Amino acid sequence: MSAVAEHSGAGVELVPIEPARLPTAVSDLIRSGGRMQMSYAWYRAPGHVELRYLGSRGQSGDFFMWRCDADGPVPSVAAICPLLGWYEREITDLFGVEFRGHPQPQRLVLHEGARPVVPPLDPAYPADTKLPFEPADGGLPEVASPDVQRLPFGPVRADVVESAELIFFYVGEHILHLHPQLFFKHRGMEKRFEGRSAAGAVVLAERVSGVGGFAHALAFCQAVEQASGCMVPPRARMLRSLLAELERLYNHLHYLGHLSHTTTLKVGEAEGKLLEERAKQINGRLTGSRLLRSLLVAGGLRRDVDPGPWLGGELERLQAQVAVYARMLENTNSHLDRLITTGVLPREVAIDQGATGPIGRASGLDRDLRRDHPYAAYGMLPLAVPVRTSGDAHARVQVRIDEIEASLALIERARLQLPEGPVRVDCVLPSHAEGLGWAESPRGSLFYAIHADGDGTLCRVKIKSPSFSNWRVFPFTVHDSNMMDYAINEASFGLTVAGCDR
Amino acid sequence: MPFWTFFGLRRGKATTPWPDVDLQSGQEGVLGMPRFEPERCEPACGDCAAACPTAAITVRTGEAGKERLAVDYGRCIACQLCVEACPADAAVPSFDWAFGTRRRSDLLLSAGTDAPDPETGERHSRDGFRRSLHIRHVDAGSCNGCESELQALNNPFYNLHRFGVFFTASPRFADLLLVTGPITYAMHEPLRRAYEAMPAPRWVMAAGTCAVSGGVAGGGYACGNGLDGVLPVDLYLPGCPPNPAAIIEALLIFLDRMPQKVKGGRLVD
Repeated sequence: MSAVAEHSGAGVELVPIEPARLPTAVSDLIRSGGRMQMSYAWYRAPGHVELRYLGSRGQSGDFFMWRCDADGPVPSVAAICPLLGWYEREITDLFGVEFRGHPQPQRLVLHEGARPVVPPLDPAYPADTKLPFEPADGGLPEVASPDVQRLPFGPVRADVVESAELIFFYVGEHILHLHPQLFFKHRGMEKRFEGRSAAGAVVLAERVSGVGGFAHALAFCQAVEQASGCMVPPRARMLRSLLAELERLYNHLHYLGHLSHTTTLKVGEAEGKLLEERAKQINGRLTGSRLLRSLLVAGGLRRDVDPGPWLGGELERLQAQVAVYARMLENTNSHLDRLITTGVLPREVAIDQGATGPIGRASGLDRDLRRDHPYAAYGMLPLAVPVRTSGDAHARVQVRIDEIEASLALIERARLQLPEGPVRVDCVLPSHAEGLGWAESPRGSLFYAIHADGDGTLCRVKIKSPSFSNWRVFPFTVHDSNMMDYAINEASFGLTVAGCDR
Repeated sequence: MPFWTFFGLRRGKATTPWPDVDLQSGQEGVLGMPRFEPERCEPACGDCAAACPTAAITVRTGEAGKERLAVDYGRCIACQLCVEACPADAAVPSFDWAFGTRRRSDLLLSAGTDAPDPETGERHSRDGFRRSLHIRHVDAGSCNGCESELQALNNPFYNLHRFGVFFTASPRFADLLLVTGPITYAMHEPLRRAYEAMPAPRWVMAAGTCAVSGGVAGGGYACGNGLDGVLPVDLYLPGCPPNPAAIIEALLIFLDRMPQKVKGGRLVD
């Protein structure tokens, strides 16, 4: 135990807490303006699960972590802090920990019908043994009224999309309730990190959610760097910020194109996707990878890249095209008619259920990890954080349009301020170390918590992806809404399934 | 909204003339699978095999201490770690991203070993489909990198429709099942049912390294190791993810509209 405390990463205070005190502590924190970020479990010793609760006091107060043993049942805090409800269910599925008094004690990550002999994340789980599985009903309640239709849609849906099943309960055009049955794509990614070296695991982080791969790898590398106390050279830090903004750029452009698809604005769709393609081609030319892969490593970058004047010219051209495109979208009534007042997410729901990224910012939550908990070179760059308060699909679009502009400005500043020098230092993960890394990915807050074994290999990696948070929030904007608006609303959230399912 | 019409017209043609005109595939600078020159290997090295996160590379010591290198490009995720680990320029970066093959064995580069040939494909004649192919895509647990590149196929730059190739919503209208991901335990059954719903003749494409061999996620408690043993595969395309041009080339190879470039794990021009 003492070894854990010694190596706990700087900046994250570790506080022991009795399980029985959790409900009081959580409500005290929330009342005082703090917030819970996530919770996870790990085996601190064979057979001994320890729970971790990550929180922050106030907007940009330092992160802290509560730790408590879960040798018996633990009181659930889901009723006090709803956003923790999914984390508790995940811990039950993967670690077998019982949470007393959970308002929704159903399975989450593992599907009904999966029958692991021991919990999958228990080191005693036999390696490379596929879960015994008999597909079974998800245990949704029967609906008594004959007027209410049940529509299971998916997991294989129309067009090229990720697999997820959406179960609608509706009357006519009116949706009463949406139950997204996710985790068809659960790959057990967190367990795949175990036993790997920090350097060898970056390729995994890049592939948790492909279109957020750079942010994932960045958060992972920063967790390793925090655990090992190594200092990333200034040039690498600046390049990391630059590349992270390039990722935001192509994601947001895709978002605008896809949203135009759902409002049947054909030329708008084509233009958005064409601009996304230009951004991806710029990525390819700069880094060798259209999705910005194979560059990050704990300690810096694997190799230097040269964002020379050609990049400035390309982005300037793109910026002019984006400006025209965004102005046209904002002047198209048929498009705006479908967005304004669609899928409203009230601020209170956004806070309680844990909305993050552009979704939270469109509902008035002025949060951005780049500004509130700076990493890479964000502390040295001027950052505009757009916020809207109406919480509808249109607000979510406007936040993203403003973020595109802000990203382009950041890239240019980073390019001009880029210092010379090395891009990598050696970074060795000490034995029994732990660390926390974070990034504001294009979709919101992303956390990696890592724990090292005695030999400096990884023994536990927890991934908190933004889509895990926002998928939980999303149905609250669908209940009591209209079938016609569903696809538009879903597109306006810009969710990924892989990031959520892992 | 008439101004969109004028905007579209003024914007002109965005579609690349590739593949009819070379060098405009849009993949400038995009790295592909590394090339290997086993004769340059240092004795008793094996650094590349140790660095490879997906066990695509095996090095065995053959007669007279000469290393024998075998590479399974069906497992390669083009992460370039072997290139960085190699002390002797035996693994070099390349732009070889077009790795579509009809047989799994064509993805195996081996110096002096006989790989068994899992004969698939050629089950049905593709005559009649060469100019019109309908695809049903099924995501069986990908990281969404493959979906990102598949969605790009319909952007104005690649404009997949010009080849007569379309994505279709219903498997009942589909000729080719394009599968991404390592096949998770929960997607196994929906995938099988999508295949069962397709009318014959029907074909299957493993798109991306995960679908070919499991990739970085393969194995473990929730994942399979790709399509082999799940469905009969007619077209393999490793890549992580394969870029849109690589996907188009693979489809054209499948339709006999372009010669296969990869044989025995090497790109033959």
